[in-house]
Amino acid sequence: MVEKEILNKHEIDNILVRLSFQIIEKIKDDADFALVGIKRRGAILADRIASTIEKFKSLKPMIGYLDITLYRDDLTEISEFPKLLGSDLNFDVKGKTIILIDDVIFTGRTVRAALDAIIDYGRPKKIIFVALIDRGHRELPIQPDFVGKYVPTNIEEKINVKLHEIDGLDSVTIEKRG
Amino acid sequence: MLNRKDLTGLVDVTKEEILEILDTAEKFKEINSREIKKVPALKGKTIVNLFFEPSTRTRTSFEIAGKRLSADVINFTASASSTTKGETLIDTVKNIESMGVDMFVVRHYYSGSVRFIAQNTKAHVINAGDGTNEHPTQSLLDLYTIKEHKGNLEGLKVAIIGDITHSRVARSNAWAMKKLGIDLRLYGPKTMIPRDYLPLGCKVCNSMEEALEDCDVVMMLRIQLERQGIALFPSLKEYSKLFGLNKNRLELTKKDAIIMHPGPINRGVELPSYLADCDRSVILTQVENGVAVRMAVMYLLAMQQNTKLGE
Repeated sequence: MVEKEILNKHEIDNILVRLSFQIIEKIKDDADFALVGIKRRGAILADRIASTIEKFKSLKPMIGYLDITLYRDDLTEISEFPKLLGSDLNFDVKGKTIILIDDVIFTGRTVRAALDAIIDYGRPKKIIFVALIDRGHRELPIQPDFVGKYVPTNIEEKINVKLHEIDGLDSVTIEKRG
Repeated sequence: MLNRKDLTGLVDVTKEEILEILDTAEKFKEINSREIKKVPALKGKTIVNLFFEPSTRTRTSFEIAGKRLSADVINFTASASSTTKGETLIDTVKNIESMGVDMFVVRHYYSGSVRFIAQNTKAHVINAGDGTNEHPTQSLLDLYTIKEHKGNLEGLKVAIIGDITHSRVARSNAWAMKKLGIDLRLYGPKTMIPRDYLPLGCKVCNSMEEALEDCDVVMMLRIQLERQGIALFPSLKEYSKLFGLNKNRLELTKKDAIIMHPGPINRGVELPSYLADCDRSVILTQVENGVAVRMAVMYLLAMQQNTKLGE
């Protein structure tokens, strides 16, 4: 196993600022929007993006967190028992522009589950998807609106997103087998 | 982590398993407050409610729980079934199982019958009350409600008052509360205190005052008139006077003690209306939490299949 850093803390910070501005530009004057982070690391990224937006737009975005465990299409097949983290969306989704945020997009199945989960709360006006890393290998026709960094990967490789709040440091690494 | 095919009682469930169910229930409670109260977790699973004894609340609660998890729930009541035509219990179960059923929720008037069914089917089995033995999901929803109001469970003082002998709710609670470090006091007419089969260390009190003193939770049991062949007390009026809860007795408890009841209430017998409906009564919260707790049990059991097969 060889682990190589592809983004350091400074680069992650810069990317998050850029993504925040892309979101601000996309929503324009639409004040009725909310950020929704996919647990666990997407939720942390959503928090960070929210504070950046607050700093530059002087408005505090609504924020929610999604646990997509119950919506996984492989829920009855996975051998590792998933712990429920619980969702936390304290606003009405109906009519809102939802900015969905996750750390990595890979097969697209997590995003599919998240879309279903959001729609079960109500009918949003629009959903925009933002990912820190796009590592390719989609199994569903789902594409992010904004990507922090596109990382071409081999299917056997692993992308590790480490965030200070959980892992004690900010870093994105790629792990190669061999 | 919950590691079992069935939930037939709390007698053999560990403290960690109980806490995991309560934890999971908390996540499911949020779903019940949404506008669209449904998640796809058990899509494609078939759950049969097998009830050999009348029930509205428990059966409805299990039915709602299964449906909110997207399972297909079928209700089967004994009066309309082949058991009245002479089929044995296990034959009935095996026949229904053959139609591809993943889970049975069973209520039966004989103690031990649910465990017997569990041993004879590959499907998951949840006990929804067997005779005077156990009613584990009722106890779990009681514990959940207590935890929700008191923040924790360990060290709390809980009094259960009434017909202990005939109460499967009391028995399940006794097993569970003992494991969770709750100080449980039982009280009722001498004729309604079991002489055997209570977990070691359960305290049977000699007076209402002794039971209620400084309690955090008072749980009043229903007098089960339908379960008594012989009269165990002279009259309802006398029972109410000696073993019912009232304002004066409630003053013996902690100021923030909550009043619980597994329902249905005999108003004016074990509990007067002014207490059943007061702001310290959490009886309807218990019913509300029942759905989330049953969702948690169904979900955790249904997920077991996968881990077990892998091992």
